Amino acid sequence: MHITKRKEMPIGQAIAIRLGAIVVALVVCGVLTACLTGLNPVDVYAAMLKGAFGSPRKIWVLLQEIAILLCVSLALTPAFRMKFWNLGGEGQVLMGGLASAACMLLLGDKLPGPALIAVMFVTSLAAGAVWAFIPAMFKARWNTNETLFTLMMNYVATQIVAFYTIRWESPKGSGKIGVINQASHAGWLPQVGPSKYLLNILLVAILTVLVYVYLKYTKQGYEISVVGESVNTARYAGIKVERVILRTLLVSGAICGFAGFLLVGGTDHTITTTIAGGRGFTAVMVSWLAGFNPAVMVFGSFLLAFMDAGAGEISTAFMLNHSFGDILTGIILFFIIGCEFFVNYKVRFESKREVAEGV
Amino acid sequence: MFSFLVSFIPRAVVQSIPLLFGSTGEIVSEKSGNLNLGIPGVMYVGGICGVIGAFFYEHSAGGELNPALGIGIPLLCCLVGSLLMGLLYCFLTVNLRANQNVTGLAMTTFGVGFGNFFGGSLIKLVGAEIPTISLSATSHLYRTKLPFAEGLGWFGQIFFSYGFLAYVAIIIAVAASYMLNHTRAGLQLRAVGEDPATADAAGIGITRYKYLATCSGCMIAGLGGLYYVMDYANGIWANDAFGDRGWLAIALVIFTIWRPNVSIFASILFGGLYILYIFIPTGTDLAVKELYKMLPYVVTIVVLVISSLRNKRENQPPEHLGLPYFREDR
Repeated sequence: MHITKRKEMPIGQAIAIRLGAIVVALVVCGVLTACLTGLNPVDVYAAMLKGAFGSPRKIWVLLQEIAILLCVSLALTPAFRMKFWNLGGEGQVLMGGLASAACMLLLGDKLPGPALIAVMFVTSLAAGAVWAFIPAMFKARWNTNETLFTLMMNYVATQIVAFYTIRWESPKGSGKIGVINQASHAGWLPQVGPSKYLLNILLVAILTVLVYVYLKYTKQGYEISVVGESVNTARYAGIKVERVILRTLLVSGAICGFAGFLLVGGTDHTITTTIAGGRGFTAVMVSWLAGFNPAVMVFGSFLLAFMDAGAGEISTAFMLNHSFGDILTGIILFFIIGCEFFVNYKVRFESKREVAEGV
Repeated sequence: MFSFLVSFIPRAVVQSIPLLFGSTGEIVSEKSGNLNLGIPGVMYVGGICGVIGAFFYEHSAGGELNPALGIGIPLLCCLVGSLLMGLLYCFLTVNLRANQNVTGLAMTTFGVGFGNFFGGSLIKLVGAEIPTISLSATSHLYRTKLPFAEGLGWFGQIFFSYGFLAYVAIIIAVAASYMLNHTRAGLQLRAVGEDPATADAAGIGITRYKYLATCSGCMIAGLGGLYYVMDYANGIWANDAFGDRGWLAIALVIFTIWRPNVSIFASILFGGLYILYIFIPTGTDLAVKELYKMLPYVVTIVVLVISSLRNKRENQPPEHLGLPYFREDR
């Protein structure tokens, strides 16, 4: 067996391989579900589709899930393009959300509505940015391992949120903050159109375009790519690598903070330690598997959000544990991760005789 | 103060054993250049596979458990489950050259989901008529202490009050340390992690070493999950109870600068930090306790920063950590 690197695969063929992998993964998931629940796989998929698209409300929730996951994926992408492994999305979203919640609680009756939302927006972005800036600073200055640093920052953020959850709990002793400003709606993002989710979805759609343009058509985006390709090349070309790292992580963290702002201000109107819901990690995979391309990330977010909603429906319908969704997501991810090999490498089987003849 | 230590140290040690298993496994894996972020998932899988094995054995055996089988079956199931996870990781990252971080995170998603799903649905799936999974008989076997420990007072409390897996953890850590630093296999393994191209030129089988190291690393880590359920949690599986110990184990790898023997003490320190909040008097203010829970992570960050500041060559991660090796890229 002989393996060589491919130069460039026609885009159609690459997409075909990836879609093929997803189809195979879905079949495996279906068979597995059928084995566990004793249903025929077609019913399983029908249940999943019902879970994701069964009612207008479900469709809105699905779109909202896609939007938030996409937002976090977009946030991590500039850092990843630079080969900076920002695994701290979870913590950055939490800090952004916490900043929003704090503004709503402390300034809710002191500021007029639009001003309050503006303050929330700014503080959330700042909080997320600071949380990403700390590891970036050490990475730029002393080359401290960012994978683990950002990972640890997640738990520090979780505990800070846990601290404030108890400080601000209402009603006392409930162990959670509950819906903030239930009566006055201060700090709640306005509802646009038919659903409270629409504004979030529109904002993330705009953000997707902005990130795409930022990475592809601006000088800063270009610098990020160069640093990601080779730090030495970047230095030689006169790019200040440390500055690029710091700036990019500020952007990355700020967008995560924005996701927290959308979650707290737009939909949940409260903060919990689990508000990020593992998206900081899922987004790593969405971003990487999309080849850091924002347009492809829309599709990846859709796939994962759909699986989650669908698996949720299966779990409720058959009284299984909700974690079933994670198993299915895991299986799909394994297949997509594996199929990248066939996009990047060419495998040729050759017989012993050919080798001997030096073919 | 003394009586405080006598009650504190055993509790810290009990907390530390899953971390020690996890970090030893991760160190062995990282020495081959595989940064396995799937360890948290592997530990869940190890734990739940042990639970599944014990569950079926307890049900088929009725009331009386054969001690050898009662310990052996869950142990075997745990090892097989973790081994399969290790093989999956190796296949994706070594053969298919996938990105290690992404593969690891996917394994964690899968493993945690796998654990919680079977933990929550096992009873429903087999149609048993019990409210929760409670494997007290198996747990009793795993928690059996040395017979003379009772008679030794505080000395027995601190050193002999643990189930056998705790001692296994320490033995494995010492053995791994010896293997890495004093044997030929260890030298070759480190060569694979530092510079696979050179190791390859020297005739060392890169793929074989990566597979062996990562799979045995996963099996060691899986035992951590088993210890947690069977010993620490008294055989009761609760979803998400294992928590973030897997990530702490990965943090310990850095904390100990890739040394399993140091990890024995470091994990006890982490175990202590993990439960310190219980012992710190904060009065009625529960919120402050939440801040103390952040200690292990803050300490890890501090160590991470200090070791990068000192920048000593022997304190650095394996040179080729996290990168795939493709012979034709040379």
